[in-house]
Amino acid sequence: MISKEILTYFFSILYQESGLVLDESKKYLIETRLEPIAAQEGFESINALGRALIQKRSPILRQKVVDAMTTNETYFFRDQRPFTIMKEEVFPALIKAKEKSKQIHIWCAASSTGQEPYSLAMMVKEMGPKLAGWSVQIQATDISEDVLKKARLGIYSQHEVQRGLSTPYLLRYFTQKGLTWQLKPVIRDMVRFRRLNLLSNLSSVGDVDVVFCRNILIYFDSKTKQNVIARISDLITPEGVLFLGGSEALMGIKSSLTRIGTAQGSYYKKSTPNKGNTEKTVPELKRRGVCQT
Amino acid sequence: MKVLVVDDSGPIRKIMGKMLRRMGFEVLEACHGKEALVQLEKHPDIELLTVDWNMPEMNGIELLEAMKTKRGSEPKPTIVMVSTENEKSKIVRAMSKGANEYIMKPFTEEILTEKLTFLGMGGSKNDKR
Ligand SMILES: C[S@@+](CC[C@H](N)C(=O)[O-])C[C@H]1O[C@@H](n2cnc3c(N)ncnc32)[C@H](O)[C@@H]1O
Repeated sequence: MISKEILTYFFSILYQESGLVLDESKKYLIETRLEPIAAQEGFESINALGRALIQKRSPILRQKVVDAMTTNETYFFRDQRPFTIMKEEVFPALIKAKEKSKQIHIWCAASSTGQEPYSLAMMVKEMGPKLAGWSVQIQATDISEDVLKKARLGIYSQHEVQRGLSTPYLLRYFTQKGLTWQLKPVIRDMVRFRRLNLLSNLSSVGDVDVVFCRNILIYFDSKTKQNVIARISDLITPEGVLFLGGSEALMGIKSSLTRIGTAQGSYYKKSTPNKGNTEKTVPELKRRGVCQT
Repeated sequence: MKVLVVDDSGPIRKIMGKMLRRMGFEVLEACHGKEALVQLEKHPDIELLTVDWNMPEMNGIELLEAMKTKRGSEPKPTIVMVSTENEKSKIVRAMSKGANEYIMKPFTEEILTEKLTFLGMGGSKNDKR
């Protein structure tokens, strides 16, 4: 049994490293996730693993522990709705707005094992001629090296390729490898994966037109949420949009983003100077040198 | 909405039936392709079929072939193949014979629900936000 002191210690490093908040109700989760790590690293118990971490700094072990405690649940075209909105509203709008540069930057901010960015990549591929001559960049980042490793390989189990993925897409974009399925290079090459902690400096991401930051805010406390959203919205271009998870919203959070409700669900848009929220938006746009007025 | 579950395994028919009923379907059953054709004659309002591959009398592919002539270019009723056959070439074959979706066994209720949603057949109880 994990001691209260050690449990609290694990929660505190998780919070420090990733901003994720867990409480005692998740004790069983911590136990099942950390037991294999304790065993692998030669500790006789989770308590011993915890004590070792308290006693000496070991960034690698610390990272492993943090990785194990995070939830990586994801699947292809998760919830469908955001992807429908992307196809029917966001892409057509961006194609108009970015006519000159013909460049669209997409960022999946907590991409886990890759299903989310790859769904976007398949969708872009399907749009074919509509995007001929355009450069669509998809960046995918996550705090966990483990999930990034799997994402880069693009190899999924039979169960994973059935979750959310339609059969025509499976046949078109995957190669069967024994019991697993691997995404073809045409899709894999469209996505760039790298490690990035949302609590750290995000400037390496650059300007982005579309941000998928889904099913991660729910694990943050309101202070962390506020902080992360403020820094993400700084990167979003004036015509850009943000998608959150199905049970996430920016209620009670100050930002330069406005909620757009559609029949398919909602997303967020950079507020324009003439549409509400002028107070915060105008200086924000001026700072970015894009304000015309 | 009527669905016909075509599978020679009683337990599978039972599980599938349960899942589909939960989604709001009225469920009919058939043990093999021939029975399925009889049911289709009796109930022309069947809108969806889930079809196993390996069955006695008439297997799933033969059923697809038999239905292809009847369905013509109309994609109705919708057909979802549900089978332990999990080789890509087999899946390609079923799709080319007229299946609209393919589910590899074992599968979960979530997978079935999602796949039916692609086909616009999510059922009334499936409007999750
Ligand atoms: C539940 S998954 C969501 C995956 C995907 N966005 C989706 O909605 O299906 C959450 C991911 O967030 C990552 N994560 C947790 N804390 C993070 C942080 N501080 N910075 C970046 N990623 C983080 C986890 O490693 C995990 O892969």
